[in-house]
Amino acid sequence: MSILVLAEHHDGALAGATAHVVAAAQAIGGDIDVLVAGENVAAIAEAAAKLDGVSKVRVADAAAYAHQLAEPLSALLVELAGDYTHVLAAASTNGKNVLPRLAALKDVSQISEIIAVESADTFQRPIYAGNAIATVQSGDPLKVITVRATAFDAVGEGGSAAIEAVEFVADNDQSIFVKEALAQSDRPELGAAKVVISGGRGMGNGDNFKLLEGIADKLGAAIGASRAAVDAGFVPNDMQVGQTGKIVAPELYIAVGISGAIQHLAGMKDSKVIVAINKDEEAPIFQVADYGLVADLFEALPELEQKL
Amino acid sequence: MKVLVAVKRVIDYNVKIRVKPDQSDVDLANVKMAMNPFCEIAVEEAVRLKEKGVATEIVAVTIGPKAAQEQLRTALALGADRAVHVETEERVESLAAAKLLAKVVDEEQPGLVILGKQAIDTDNNQTGQMLAALAGMPQGTFASEVVVDGDKVQVTREIDGGLQTVELSLPAVVTTDLRLNEPRYAKLPDIMKAKKKPLDVKSPAELGVEVASKVALLKVTPPPERQGGIKVGSVDELVDKLKNEAKVIS
Ligand SMILES: Cc1cc2nc3c(=O)[nH]c(=O)nc-3n(C[C@H](O)[C@H](O)[C@H](O)COP(=O)(O)OP(=O)(O)OC[C@H]3O[C@@H](n4cnc5c(N)ncnc54)[C@H](O)[C@@H]3O)c2cc1C
Ligand SMILES: Nc1ncnc2c1ncn2[C@@H]1O[C@H](COP(=O)(O)O)[C@@H](O)[C@H]1O
Repeated sequence: MSILVLAEHHDGALAGATAHVVAAAQAIGGDIDVLVAGENVAAIAEAAAKLDGVSKVRVADAAAYAHQLAEPLSALLVELAGDYTHVLAAASTNGKNVLPRLAALKDVSQISEIIAVESADTFQRPIYAGNAIATVQSGDPLKVITVRATAFDAVGEGGSAAIEAVEFVADNDQSIFVKEALAQSDRPELGAAKVVISGGRGMGNGDNFKLLEGIADKLGAAIGASRAAVDAGFVPNDMQVGQTGKIVAPELYIAVGISGAIQHLAGMKDSKVIVAINKDEEAPIFQVADYGLVADLFEALPELEQKL
Repeated sequence: MKVLVAVKRVIDYNVKIRVKPDQSDVDLANVKMAMNPFCEIAVEEAVRLKEKGVATEIVAVTIGPKAAQEQLRTALALGADRAVHVETEERVESLAAAKLLAKVVDEEQPGLVILGKQAIDTDNNQTGQMLAALAGMPQGTFASEVVVDGDKVQVTREIDGGLQTVELSLPAVVTTDLRLNEPRYAKLPDIMKAKKKPLDVKSPAELGVEVASKVALLKVTPPPERQGGIKVGSVDELVDKLKNEAKVIS
């Protein structure tokens, strides 16, 4: 087996998800290469070379790969895929954008968001918002897979893989990058935080999310939200936790003013400890919460901040 | 410009599913079915493009069993002009769906193809990207804004870090995210009118596509059940439990 992992990176740094995807590759077994594609990515390649279990880092450094546009990235992957039995990426918006294109161009299926490896060709993945787990076996010669990062423990950083340049530069006259509006935050990344505190429609407005910030500061937490809070414009889309947003599995998840719809639960029910604060004692969130507090959040949050 | 919209029949998003006792699949017998919510957003976007005079014709297409015509009729009631049903009783995975859609794209030559980002049954999030690859088109996935301008489209995408805007040459594929629009409901007179709109039925064989997938579904099991916990009576008790029982804060 030989596996190519597409590295995830943002703002010139290797993203934490990559170490989790390498762990999934280790569970499959075989030689593991990491592909770092982007512009000015030498430092990212060096970080990837330190990941345990990586044999080689292949670096495609070209303007064509800046901003991770799907058309050139998938063309690059098609060029390299011939050397591998598996191509893996995080089930991030980037991985989801690019890998299905690679799969179609190679005329193979793509297996989305695996949570367990049973063997080199058999994997588990959630379906129906995580209300069922499918075990699937791929008979394709090339397995193209996205990996749910939270389901695999990250590999360590004791490695020193070789770094090798990839010369291939994809042509792309179909898509151009226009602009990006990225959220700036000093808080930990949602997917990687040990503590996440999320607000829902019950927060009432965006200003009230400040009530979560004081607590997040004390706990070193990331702040998330339900779809309803995002749709209402309280907070930006990148904070949505759930079936169609981000998947989190922190040590502690605190849901505030969130009812607990199945689409929200899909994104957080693998958290180790769940706390729910909701004024409706019948709210379904209490069925999954280890600790439920029936209270008005406007009273409970200031008190919680003070007592932490 | 012609707009093609792909709609999928799936379980209604409010239904809590059950796994069959023999673990062969999810039990869909007598379960409420509906148009995939992301496909409703796709239809709505096409209708808005027509209302703006950008789209001239909307063609809705589905792949699935006979009953999937209900979802095509819904699309027609919402404003699609005609529909194409690729009828099959087989399980159609994303790659086969994308191949079938690529054939329909070949026949219809749309300027824009709009799909949902994700079907809420398989949670695959692949078909649009695969179709784009097969049709040789650029893609704007997870769209929260779509602006057509001449022979280009600007798509603002919901990505992990925030928003990204790309400009694609037409024809292109767009997949919808939740914030793109808020779909309207079909009005009764439109539902009546939809019954008379043209609906073409084709088979995968006519389109020359093999539906069978190389990915076998070995089994479907319920997820590990999460045990509900306790209710605490006060913030003090909560903090105490988190510190001394769960030991997740210090
Ligand atoms: C296709 C699709 C995809 C979806 N994807 C997602 C997803 O990824 N993530 C997601 O979260 N949702 C998703 N949803 C939406 C989901 O179905 C729910 O609508 C949503 O999660 C509800 O958000 P909420 O709990 O904040 O709001 P509500 O359901 O309105 O709940 C608000 C809660 O706040 C409580 N509350 C109000 N005021 C107070 C107060 N003062 N103090 C304490 N409690 C208070 C109320 O008792 C209530 O329980 C999706 C839906 C669809 C159809
Ligand atoms: N059987 C199908 N018929 C029509 N459209 C489909 C079908 N399967 C997938 N699609 C389209 O592809 C989108 C994404 O589906 P998926 O990639 O399966 O998650 C859906 O929202 C539909 O727009």
